[in-house]
Parts: sequence; structure tokens; C-alpha cells
Amino acid sequence: MDAVVLSRLLTAMTLAFHIIFATIGVALPVMFMIAEGLGLYKKDPRHIAMAKRWAKGFTITVAVGVVTGTIIGLLLSLLWPTFMKLGGQVIALPLFMETFAFFFEAIFLSIYLYTWDRFKNKWLHWLINFPIIIGSTMSALFITSVNSFMNTPQGFKIVHGKMTGVDPIAAMLNPSFFVRAFHVVATGGMTIAFMLASIAAVKILRNKFPQDRDYHTHGLKITITVGLLFGLLTIIAGDMSAKFLHNEQPEKLAAMEWHFKTERQADLVLFGILDPKTQEVKGAVKVPGVLSFLADNNFNTKVTGLDDIPKDERPPLIIHYFFDLMVFFGMFAFTISIVYLVLRKFKPAITEHPFMLYMIALTGPMCMLSIEFGWFLAEMGRQPWLLRGYLKVVQGATQADGLSLVLVAFAMLYAILGFSCAYVLIRMFRDKPAEFDVKQNQAFVGGE
Amino acid sequence: MDYQHIGITVLWTFLYGYIIIGAIDFGAGFFMLYAKITKQDHMISSLVSRYLNPVWEVTNVFLVFFFVGIVGFFPDTAYYFGSTLLIPGTVALILLAIRGGFYAFETYGKDSKFAWIFLYGMTGLLIPAAFSTVLTISEGGFIEKTDKGVMLNWLELLMSPYSWAVVFLAIISVLYISSGFLTYYAHKAGDTAAYRLMRQWFLIWAGPMLIICQFVFLSLRQHNAQHFNTALTHYWWLFALSIVFFLAALILILLKRNHGLAFIMIMIQFALAFFGYGLSKLPYILYPYVNINKAVVNDNMAIALVIVFILGLLLLVPSLLLLLRLFIFDADYVKGNKK
Repeated sequence: MDAVVLSRLLTAMTLAFHIIFATIGVALPVMFMIAEGLGLYKKDPRHIAMAKRWAKGFTITVAVGVVTGTIIGLLLSLLWPTFMKLGGQVIALPLFMETFAFFFEAIFLSIYLYTWDRFKNKWLHWLINFPIIIGSTMSALFITSVNSFMNTPQGFKIVHGKMTGVDPIAAMLNPSFFVRAFHVVATGGMTIAFMLASIAAVKILRNKFPQDRDYHTHGLKITITVGLLFGLLTIIAGDMSAKFLHNEQPEKLAAMEWHFKTERQADLVLFGILDPKTQEVKGAVKVPGVLSFLADNNFNTKVTGLDDIPKDERPPLIIHYFFDLMVFFGMFAFTISIVYLVLRKFKPAITEHPFMLYMIALTGPMCMLSIEFGWFLAEMGRQPWLLRGYLKVVQGATQADGLSLVLVAFAMLYAILGFSCAYVLIRMFRDKPAEFDVKQNQAFVGGE
Repeated sequence: MDYQHIGITVLWTFLYGYIIIGAIDFGAGFFMLYAKITKQDHMISSLVSRYLNPVWEVTNVFLVFFFVGIVGFFPDTAYYFGSTLLIPGTVALILLAIRGGFYAFETYGKDSKFAWIFLYGMTGLLIPAAFSTVLTISEGGFIEKTDKGVMLNWLELLMSPYSWAVVFLAIISVLYISSGFLTYYAHKAGDTAAYRLMRQWFLIWAGPMLIICQFVFLSLRQHNAQHFNTALTHYWWLFALSIVFFLAALILILLKRNHGLAFIMIMIQFALAFFGYGLSKLPYILYPYVNINKAVVNDNMAIALVIVFILGLLLLVPSLLLLLRLFIFDADYVKGNKK
């Protein structure tokens, strides 16, 4: 295989692995902030135990997040030196700010984890959540800004092959930044909420410690409510993304919707299989006019088709499948959350039915897959560009020897890290009932 | 000062910060492994983990800060170092990942495994060795510019006495700095057994430390005469002062006095040598391809980076001080009276 393919594979593999932990890192602090706050407010040791258990699990995932984040940070220069040389002139600012945000988060996370019993006024400890969340959100925003710059570059001019007139702020606040940042944060919150709901559902189904049932159903209520709220935001963000793509990156929208001809009243294509040779779509559900409507809130809007895009600038058509799966999995979790909350209000008994619990157990992994598919869609949808309109992927890769060896080494590393991380996390909570933690924290909230 | 000098000063300072706290961390891991093998771990393991638990993540950020910053201020470095460092970079990254991951698994997880401590301890010595390649390469002579791009001449690198001297310097410095800090920390904790052990280790490593520095100097003369001459003619006093501080630290610890001051002496010793090395190397980041006067990022970006850097420090310094106050300088915490 040549260097470009290997570099792409290695980058994709690293990011796909890192994004799991990055997503957890962005939103899990929000979850334990909510739990700790509720616990202090209601003087309920169950919530405090919940916050502590989540924070404890977080220490493991954050470690893997830190090391994989370090890896991707350096790999960018190692695999794409030409791009980083060019990018360094323009995107250094958000990259640099991301490190600051990460630094800030790391400091306060350390303080948070080791000072549960340091403060007389427990709300002081709760306040430490703020710098953590500010740090983690900011670092997500800045790094998203770097990625959106690659999709919609602006803030510089190219004169005789050299970059001039660089405007760092304009590059950072490029057209796709806000939409993508919102999408990233909303889906992050949604995914974590449902991951935690899945864990609670599995624990109830397993029923290893029957005395924990109350703790876990309580957890379900909190996590699913939060999941629903972030789910709503995600839907809004998704709609904004469609409109954005229509205006700024029509080739991505066309490829992900298999929209070949530029036309008004464009159909939305759901599912289906494409015959790559004849460009015939089989078994798809076509919803007339909806693509136009999604793009611009108007059924008569003209949507650019692939035939208007030069052949060597068309993204791969496989991204349609990622789009379908992303939307389907996300909507599944969202629907389940509504069903659960409605049932809880009117027919609480059914919420404890194993079928319902199995469905909830599916939501977390599905949301995580949605995140992966969403990123595959976003990144492959920008092919063949590395820096859209300026630098093609083919021109950016390193020429160094030994890439295949490096690829194998990293693949092994991620397998080992992923396996050990799961092993440690499962062992951490397998033999320890939540009830025990709840009792331990009775004094914490000042209860009996 | 112009942007490139502000930039390189900032980055060099952060690299120095990483070397000090990274060395404490790397060395602590190795001492823990060594103590475990020689069955002395009951003496130091709680001491070491009390220090490491709250700070290991922050240590890592210093490194990230450095390599993001250098690409930001001097984008050309991304091209030259990026193209040539694929293998050493990969080795360092994998070791770093194993170390960070297994440290967390060992510390926060439920069960402890010897294999994990082993990985954690051994990587502590190998990572500095892998990273020191960057410093070696930056002296020039190992990189060739061809039509295909820039290439690293491996054979040359592996055969060079200079590159080996730097590798050993990195490893010995780690053990030296780390034992110096832990001597101070154990003394502060009032942990006599650990103190005795750490002091002994410190005294053992002080000798090789002095010797390897001379080797590095001598081999640099062979490898990059220009750099060596600048160091000798303009900055000899920095290196001389560095030796004075080395002796001061050694004497204080021999006399079992002022351990805090002794560690500060060690820090100054390294600062003087490190900045002396850096100053004499200027204006080259990578000899002879990357010259800071030519490779600096465009002006607008440089201003933005400097502004962000100042704002960032206003945020970071108080936070770091808070972290230190809560864990390193809190006597009760150090003694283990607080969890």
C-alpha cells in the first residue's frame, strides 16, 4: 500500500479510537456535576454515590483519552508534515488554545478527584466542576474549529503559492465552526447520558445486587431525562448542519444523499443500496421534496447534484450508509427516551419490564456508534481534499519509510489499551454494590 | 524582543518544565519498579503515589503544550521533524501511551499487577531515550534533503557517539532529578526509611551525572563544532555556574540539610545547562534547515499566539499554584494524614 492510504488508515484508526474517550471526556463531567449538585441539594447520598462512581470510572477513560489525544496531536505532524507546515501558519491559534483549555481541565480534574473530603462547605467542591466543564467544552470547541477550518478554510490568501494576509480569528471562526461545535457538544451530552443509562439498565437486568435496584432506577431517571434534552439539541444541530452543507459544502450533501442531478423538489433518500457501476439505487425509501425542505425550509429549493461537481472532487458515495446509520441510531435513542419518560409518568410498572430495559441498554452503544458514523461521514465527505479547495490528501502525506510497521504497532496498542480499559472498568464495579457507596456517603450529605 | 525570540523562549521554558516534572515522574516509576523487585516497595510506594496521583496528567500536558506550540510558532519544524521522526516518534508515543494507560489502570483500578508496574517502570527510562533523539537530530548531520522529501539517515544516527551520549544523559538525568526530588519529598513527609533509600539513590547517580555531561560536550565538539564553539566562547559561564549549583546540591544532601533548597539548586543547575545549550544553538532549531529568523510564523499569527499565551498564563499559573498548595506543599497531605 502506498503512503497516502497507510497515513489515512492510521489517522482514521487513531481518531476512531480517540473519539470514544474524547466524547466521554466532554460530557461525563456534566453528568457528575448534575448528580453531585442534586445530591447536595436534596441531601441524598444516592446522588453523591452516583457522582463518585461516575468520577471514579472517568479516571480510567480520561487516562486513555489523554494518551490517545497526545498520540493524535503528534501524529498529525508525523503523518501530514506538509499540511501542518501550511496549517501552522493559520490554525496554530485554536490548536494552542486547545492545549490551554486541556491544561486547565487537567489541573482542576486532579483537584476534584482528590478533594472530596477537603472542604467544610461541600458546595465548594461542587464548584470545582465549573472549571472542569469549561475546560473540556472549550477544548472540544477549539479542536472542532481546527477541523472545520479543514472543511471550510478562510482567513488567508494564496499569492504565488505562498500564504499571505493571514487572519487568525477569521480562520478560527470559519463558516462551519458554529454549526459543528454545536453538533459536537450536543451529541456528546446525548451519548454520555445514554451510555450511563445503558449501564444502569444492564445492572438492573443482571440483578446481581438486588438491593441496588432503587439506585439504578434512580440513575435511569436522571440519565434518560438528560439524554432527552441533549437529544432535542442534537436534532436542532442536525437540521442546522443540513442547511449549512447545502450552502457551503454541496458536494458533501449530494454524496451523502446520493443526489445525482441538480434539481428542485429534491427527494430525501433513506437507506437503499447503490450499484456503483450504474449509479442505480435499490430498495431506498424516497421522500419527495424533503431534501429541498431540509436544505432550505422550502420544497422548491434547488439542490446541487453530483453532476455539477467535477469528477475528481466528488466524495465517496459510501458516506450515505454512514449518514443513514447515524440518524437511525440517534433517533432510536431519542424515541426510547420519550417512551421511557411517558411510561414512567403513566404506567411506571412497564418501565421495569425486561424488554424496555433491553431497549435502553441498546441506546448507549448505538449513540457511540452514531458518533463514529457521524465522524466517518464528516471526514470522508471532505475527500479528496485535506484542506478543502487548497490541498489534496495525496499531496499531504509523509514520505517516510516504515509506515506499515507503524500502523501495525498502533493497531496493537489500541487493541491492548481498549481491552485493558474495559477489563479494569468492569472489574471496578462488578463486585461492589452501589448500596455500599450510598451508605458510605450518608455522612457526606449530613444525613443520619 | 521579536516574535521568534519570545516564541522560542516560551517553548524552551515549557520544555524545561517538562524535563523537570517529567523526570520526577519517569524516575519515580522506575524506582517503584526497582523497589518492588528488591522488596523495598513498602518503604516508598505510598510516598510516590501520594505525589504522582494528582499531578501525572498535568505533566503530560507540558509535553503537548511544547509540540503544539513549536508547530504554531515555527511551522517549518512540523515539516522537517515530522518527516524524519516517524519511527522514534512512534516508539515514544507507544511507550507514553502504555505508561499513561497502565499507570491509571494500576492506580485507580481494583487489582494491582506486577506486569503493569513493570511496564510503567521500564517505559519511564525508555521514553526519555526516545525523545532525546529529537535533540540529537536537531544538531544536524542526520537529515538529508532529497527530491522525495527529507529523510533520516538511520545508520549515521545509530553509529554516532554524540547520539548515544545524549541518550545516556537523558536516562541518568531522569534518575538524578527524580531521586533528588523524592529525597526532599520523603524528608518533608518525615518518612525516614524512604528518605534514607532515596538519598542513597541520589548520591549514587550524582557521579555518573557529572561524567556523562562531559561526554556530551566532547562528542558535540566532534559532531557540530560551530555549536560547541559558541557554547564555549560565549556561554561557558552558564555551564560553569551549573556545575557550582550541582556541587551545592550535592553538599547539602551529603550534610542532610535544607532539602528543599537542595532541590531548587538541582533545578537551577539544569536550568543553566539547558538554557546555555539552547542559547548557544541559536539561531538554529534544526541545523541547518530551520533557522528561527526565517521559519517564524506570519506576524498576525505570532501576535495572536503571544496574546493567547499571556492570557493563558494568567489562568494557568494561579491554577497550578492551587494544585501545588493542595498536594505538594500541604504538609498534612504529604505526610499522608489527608486522603
